[in-house]
Amino acid sequence: MAGPCTALALWLEERLQVRRLYEATAGHKVPASTNSWFYVLGSGTLLCFVIQVVTGICLAFVYVPSTDQAWTSLQYLNHQQALGWLLRAIHNWGSTFMVAIMTLHMVQTFLFGAFKFPRELTWISGCVLLLCTLGMAFTGQVLRFDQDAYWGLGIGASIMGRVPMIGAQLVQLLLAGPIIAGETLSRFFTLHVLVLPGSILAIVSLHLRLVLTKGINEYPTPGKVVRRETYEAEYEQLLHEKGVPFAPHVIGRDLVFAGALTLAILACAVVFGPAGPSGPPDPALIHTAPKPDFFFLSVYAVLALLPPYMETFLLLTAPLAGIALLMALPFISGVGEKSPRRRPVAVLTVVVAFLTLGSLAWLGTFAPWSPRMEAWSSTPIPTHYLQGRSPLERRGAALMQAKQCRNCHALDGGGGLRGPALDGVAARLTHDQLIRQVIQGGGNMPAYGKNLNPSEVTALVAFMETLR
Amino acid sequence: MTETCGCACAQDTGVSRRKMMLRLGAGMTAAGAALMGVPILGFVLSAFTRPTHAQEWVSIGPIEQFPAEQTRLVVYQNPATRPWDGDTAHVPCWVRRIDEQRFQVFAINCTHLGCPVRWFPESKLFMCPCHGGAFYEDGSHASGPPPRGLFEYQHKIEDGHLMVMGGYLPTLAEPL
Repeated sequence: MAGPCTALALWLEERLQVRRLYEATAGHKVPASTNSWFYVLGSGTLLCFVIQVVTGICLAFVYVPSTDQAWTSLQYLNHQQALGWLLRAIHNWGSTFMVAIMTLHMVQTFLFGAFKFPRELTWISGCVLLLCTLGMAFTGQVLRFDQDAYWGLGIGASIMGRVPMIGAQLVQLLLAGPIIAGETLSRFFTLHVLVLPGSILAIVSLHLRLVLTKGINEYPTPGKVVRRETYEAEYEQLLHEKGVPFAPHVIGRDLVFAGALTLAILACAVVFGPAGPSGPPDPALIHTAPKPDFFFLSVYAVLALLPPYMETFLLLTAPLAGIALLMALPFISGVGEKSPRRRPVAVLTVVVAFLTLGSLAWLGTFAPWSPRMEAWSSTPIPTHYLQGRSPLERRGAALMQAKQCRNCHALDGGGGLRGPALDGVAARLTHDQLIRQVIQGGGNMPAYGKNLNPSEVTALVAFMETLR
Repeated sequence: MTETCGCACAQDTGVSRRKMMLRLGAGMTAAGAALMGVPILGFVLSAFTRPTHAQEWVSIGPIEQFPAEQTRLVVYQNPATRPWDGDTAHVPCWVRRIDEQRFQVFAINCTHLGCPVRWFPESKLFMCPCHGGAFYEDGSHASGPPPRGLFEYQHKIEDGHLMVMGGYLPTLAEPL
């Protein structure tokens, strides 16, 4: 006779029919070739999302979504709430991992041709999930309501303000008013904890439903070509011949990856701790150099490096064109070879995209285009540049500090990188060219003619002529 | 598979009671959704409909506060502030007094992407920490990516006070 536990299980099974659900979902058949480490990234992204939801709910127990109190409540979470710092750290590192793993998942499905017929909608829903996740990253950065968040909103509004015709309205829609204030944070809170996670849940359901209806992409074989007429029958046959149930045959690797990922997020959280908040979000504290989180560093870099004449155009059209191209991909290249070994253009695209975004983000971390606002008072001219100099030349050196030249020009490795380093400037420019450059500026340098009297120019140029 | 009809269906008339109910139900739901959608969409999109110029004259201090030929940081309170705005109700701006009667009041926001510009009296330049925009003391563009000079507030002097038209974030779409 069955024990009471079995009886209860049977009683529940009769009502819930878990077995049928299991067979239709986790137990569905997948090609045996998908039992590969390349196939763990999707479930990894989903795991990150679950971690974000759970830690996010915990943080929402304490966080106050008001411009008056948000920053204080973050400080409270960091320093007073038991384990608040760790939850904030996990949430922060979870977001970093989520963006990273999702990107890898996208690259893997792209390189394995998973977007091709008949999985167009799986790919497109994935693209929407990418947008939602980036939306979560941006809105989350705003909820960490500090100086960077405040000025980040200003940057968002300034970008919106460049849209023709309806720019002013879009600024108001973004900020929930004419200026960054109480309603702005409420708006971003609603987006971050209700609208976007809700959308992600719904679209993930669609994404997974499509994985069940159209099947997971088989591991691509070079030379095996997708044809609309025959593919689905071939896939059916593949499942019939070499199909194994996802659970328990394939899920093992996903679980190993899930464990490793959880440990990695925890380790980063414990070792590196939570991010910020930086200074309080008081716009009156203007001595700040706002910088976005790493996901948006490449955008930040592009905005510094684009020539002004194409800036607005590219800023508004390039993201839209990029998204449109991604979504149209299954219709542009819906059939044919799947294996990356036979798709050199696809591989090259990934390499170029990674190199571009990577080098832009790397530049963004030290922002050579930004003046070093304190260099003029905190980075003195190295003494060996001053030894044996005449009084006039030394006066020139003092002027070089006092007139903030060093904010943009480095000497001996110290100072701003906005303009060229001045170490060997006299070897590049003649006496007359130096005078002209100081007085008239040009080549991205302001004209100093009105701010220096002739004797000051003489002294400054006399010092610069010693730099060779 | 088989049609089960528990009710007394009028199968010989063209429209059954069930079809009638379905149409009525769909129609009523659609009408209800449309009616409820009006306030919901109106609420969410109110930014598109409400007057975009929500600004007001606001005093930024007695004019004696500003020495001639100097540029100073002034923080004023947003005229349309709400009790829960906290620090964000502060709006900083740069006030330049050219001579006895002439002033210029610049928004803090760089015209490139809105970062806060800083004034350097020694070199008479505003510099932006984000992407390196620079402006001369009269607000005109000196170098870097900004597409125009600093945004300048409308201002007037009333009862010895310098007043500006403040209350919204200047952008290229809506300069002050």
